[in-house]
Amino acid sequence: MEMLKSLLGWVDARFPATKMWEEHLSKYYAPKNFNFWYFFGSLALLVLVIQIVTGIFLTMNYKPDAGLAFASVEYIMRDVNWGWVIRYMHSTGASAFFIVVYLHMFRGLMYGSFKQPRELIWIFGMLIYLALMAEAFMGYLLPWGQMSYWGAQVIVNLFGAIPFIGEDLSVWIRGDYVISDATLNRFFAFHVIAVPLVLLGLVVAHVIALHEVGSNNPDGVEIKKNKDANGIPLDGIPFHPYYTVKDIVGVVVFLMVYAAVMFFGPEMGGYFLEHANFIPADPLKTPEHIAPVWYFTPFYTMLRAVPDPFLGVIAMGGGVVILFFLPWIDRNPIKSIRYRSLLHKINLMFFAAVFIFLGYLGVKPPEPVLAELGLRFSEVYFVFFYVLWFHSKPREAGFSYMSLIGWIALFSLNDLVRVTNDTQQLVMIGALIPAIYLAVMLLAPLYTNLNKEKAVPERVTG
Amino acid sequence: MKKILLAIMMVLPALALASGGAHLDKADYDLHNKESLQRGARIFVNYCLSCHSAAYQRYNRMGEDLGLTVAQVKSNLMFAAEKVGEPMTVALKADDAKNMFGTKVPDLSVVARARGADWLYTYLRTFYIDESRPFGVNNTTFKDVGMPHVLWELEGMKKLVNAEEVHEHGAAPEFEMVTKGKMTPVEYDSAMRDLTGFLVYMGEPAKLIRYELGVYVLLFLGLLFVVSYAMKKEFWKDVH
Repeated sequence: MEMLKSLLGWVDARFPATKMWEEHLSKYYAPKNFNFWYFFGSLALLVLVIQIVTGIFLTMNYKPDAGLAFASVEYIMRDVNWGWVIRYMHSTGASAFFIVVYLHMFRGLMYGSFKQPRELIWIFGMLIYLALMAEAFMGYLLPWGQMSYWGAQVIVNLFGAIPFIGEDLSVWIRGDYVISDATLNRFFAFHVIAVPLVLLGLVVAHVIALHEVGSNNPDGVEIKKNKDANGIPLDGIPFHPYYTVKDIVGVVVFLMVYAAVMFFGPEMGGYFLEHANFIPADPLKTPEHIAPVWYFTPFYTMLRAVPDPFLGVIAMGGGVVILFFLPWIDRNPIKSIRYRSLLHKINLMFFAAVFIFLGYLGVKPPEPVLAELGLRFSEVYFVFFYVLWFHSKPREAGFSYMSLIGWIALFSLNDLVRVTNDTQQLVMIGALIPAIYLAVMLLAPLYTNLNKEKAVPERVTG
Repeated sequence: MKKILLAIMMVLPALALASGGAHLDKADYDLHNKESLQRGARIFVNYCLSCHSAAYQRYNRMGEDLGLTVAQVKSNLMFAAEKVGEPMTVALKADDAKNMFGTKVPDLSVVARARGADWLYTYLRTFYIDESRPFGVNNTTFKDVGMPHVLWELEGMKKLVNAEEVHEHGAAPEFEMVTKGKMTPVEYDSAMRDLTGFLVYMGEPAKLIRYELGVYVLLFLGLLFVVSYAMKKEFWKDVH
């Protein structure tokens, strides 16, 4: 024991080992009232580790070669000892990553974790989300199945919609005029080294920024405002051991769900592993229906909702980019949903439902009715952010009506341009969706008590 | 208002129909039934493996998984390979296949994962006489398929009775036997169930063990949950 202590002393004189341990774990004071939603940060870290470790083992047997890739994945599934477990861990992990991250983001939305002074944590988090999308997209090409190939073809072609430089840009990305061996090789390089490096760096930045300002909590109360004589927050408990032991429980429960998917339904009915991806990539045979993997489908619906390709890309990109600005959109001083108005609660739940529904529409073929719903709910998705800003403080009646009329006029203008005799009824009914949403969200504060907020307590509850 | 109501009524059924497809029969195969898988393997090597390869499946792995000895595999199931560790390839060249059938002949290793068991089971049982096609047969599950009815000597030849309903409205096809095969319709269905089961096995050999392994993993995690939850409770006693 004495030996170990002196060894630690020797290290500490040269490297801040004890200091870092204390700063980030044993003396990092986290609010004592974390609930269910606070598991997903540590779970995201766990999935990242799972993906990196299984990924390393997969690269030992995978061949990034258009002629060999598909077969090498099948050999991993058959000839490599426990290769199928490693592969399913990785493929299930990809979807698990997005589930965990979406829940983590929604937690931030509910409890106002993006608000001052945590704007940078949110920005780093959004950058992680972007990197994750790039990582998932390029990883999906590697099995070299039909969906890998044509999904990548569709997405890379999107860059072609950018005026002037688009065509050259997409050729530059592919390294060829179509998705080919050159594309596969470079996507492999990005997937296994470039993007993971960026991801790791961003995760470190995310955690350092978090530990600088301290964690938010379900009450949205700053625990650092109430400290004892030693400068320790009254409502804070050391992350280690309290949250390490609690997160272990979360990890075990997560692993149960994860293992259940891995062993009993790794394809998840074609959502985690698409059926058509078991047909090797064939550049001459376009599949009837190309659907991206589920975690991209909400944004895919936004893309398809706009007929003009370039504007569609803008809409899709805008759907992601707008999230970056959340700290400056929702300016309501109350952080937690617990003390926000009932109207805000409804708004947030509805937004989550809309996001899921957009995802559902993205896996369906764009038949007229579904396409119309896609457009309408995309409109709701974007206008949600306006409503969020609108609910930041009490608004005048005149301004409320002006906002409502302004948005409806804007949407109607778009409807007037695209409506035909055949689609008249569909467009008219569809227009009700954003109109009713806006009317409720913008006018309810004027005539009901729905927008009544509660007093935020001084200390955390429970 | 009436117009809107009318439109809603028109929209609703469209939503319900949004998820439709061709009529498929339930395959109902049994991966635990080794004999069924062995019978399926026998049909596969005798009838399919002349043109279709299964290039990711090795003979010896198939033997191990299906409970057969190397000698049994060699004498009963291995006609086109020298060594038992070889994958199930075919001598048919891609170009020749294209000349013969007008299309590439797909590898069948993972066909069950791409198409699904029900599709395969239905497809194998819906060939019918159609003189307008190069091989004289067509298929209601896979319209204008390039493949001849290689199993005709088992099933016999049949004609489609309700062509219009099938093609126009997607109804379940009804057939009438024209020439009898070696098997009765019931025997043939059962044989195709065996073959489908074998194709499902071949699509993912790990399927034979992954369910059982999953149960053990979950039991272990369940135990770990009890322990970790108790530990959390113990530590959190002093948090008020």
